[in-house]
Amino acid sequence: MAITCTATPGASSALPVIEASRPLPWQKARILCITSVASRVKAFRLGVRFDRPAFAGQHVDLRLTAPDGYQARRSYSIASAPDETGTIELMIEHVGDGEVSAFFDAVAEVGDEIELRGPIGGSFVWRPEDGGPILLAGGGSGVVPLLAMLRHRARAAPEVKALLLYSVATGDAVIAREELGGRARDEPGFDLMLTLTRDGGRRVDAALVDDALARLGRPCHAYLCGSNAFVGTVSDLLVDAGVDPAIIRTERFGS
Amino acid sequence: MTTRGFMGRRPSEEARARLPPGQYLTEDFPVLQFGPTPRIDLDTWRFTIRDGARPVKSWSWAEFEALPRTTWSGDIHCVTTWSKFDTVWEGVSFDDLLAEAGITAPTEFLLAEGYDDYTTNVPVADLIGGKAMVATRYAGEPISPDHGGPARLLVPHLYFWKSAKWVKGLRFTQTDTAGFWELRGYHMYGDPWREQRFTGD
Repeated sequence: MAITCTATPGASSALPVIEASRPLPWQKARILCITSVASRVKAFRLGVRFDRPAFAGQHVDLRLTAPDGYQARRSYSIASAPDETGTIELMIEHVGDGEVSAFFDAVAEVGDEIELRGPIGGSFVWRPEDGGPILLAGGGSGVVPLLAMLRHRARAAPEVKALLLYSVATGDAVIAREELGGRARDEPGFDLMLTLTRDGGRRVDAALVDDALARLGRPCHAYLCGSNAFVGTVSDLLVDAGVDPAIIRTERFGS
Repeated sequence: MTTRGFMGRRPSEEARARLPPGQYLTEDFPVLQFGPTPRIDLDTWRFTIRDGARPVKSWSWAEFEALPRTTWSGDIHCVTTWSKFDTVWEGVSFDDLLAEAGITAPTEFLLAEGYDDYTTNVPVADLIGGKAMVATRYAGEPISPDHGGPARLLVPHLYFWKSAKWVKGLRFTQTDTAGFWELRGYHMYGDPWREQRFTGD
């Protein structure tokens, strides 16, 4: 099956609309497995049955409740592709003073139950029928929803060309490095550009973006996720390089 | 359901009283938007009030800057769960915009429209009586592009996705018509104190 670009340059209709007109219930999810995927990032496999279709790029809201009723809630991107296993995978980075991420780093164990609801997000999603080429740019843990897209693409639409431009501070912080390297080696349509920014490394610049566009061809969809500084920089570089702003979708964290 | 081993870090008593349910206090100012920051030239910038498709009144940047000014100071709440206290905004109140346009609201609802083709719906009742403005300054400075400059809607008593960035106009609609996020599952009204994040909340 040939999958072609469905985006119309300059038209906001290029943005998918994942309608969600039903209430989104909270549910309990059991932690089934915990693995380390980078120096400060752990992957949590959770038992979850969603009551609606899920799409690569979406997130869930988590809710933690203290004995006195105090609650903290945060959003985390789903790293796993939508599937029928009744599970999802989240990847949670331990950030210095984060009360929720500290819980996941130091307290959460296999067998624990947490509350969540989802899938959430109807804009930062990629579906096989959206086609490609797809340009993915991730900064740090911003790679997580992009990983879900790559996993989904490999299974459902391997003929769609994809390139991941992944910017990380240091080598030990690269999330799912082995998996990404394996995909770049084994999947004909997938290209990986990894750049390490610390210790004399290189941040994403105009030349890197030009190189990515030359290797991928004109993207039909671009997904950018990372810190505000990273996403702002990369989206400006893409627009400077002639990419239609209407095909660029962004997800940001931090200030 | 209590989460095993979770104690949490409580904000101060004062902060707790000011935080809507499920929100946490942040000192910085996160940026959230669905696409790139649009490039807006003040020489061609316009702000237009429409009744359906029909333009009712339109201002250039210089004309807009000459309108009566309003300041508002208070707390803002993002649906992604951060809240920021004591923000200071300056701009033109919705009441003054209508007065300058020489109209009263022709319908009970409108869509705010952004230069990035973003839209969000707000009832007129939530804009009148000093409840909303089109802001052009934040903390005494022109609003930076990342935060919606040169002009953004400010409806601080609703979740902040209602305060459309890079606003280019307001379009009165006959019915309450879902905007960008409302079409994608977010709440039609978005009251943080009733925690109306998603459809059905």
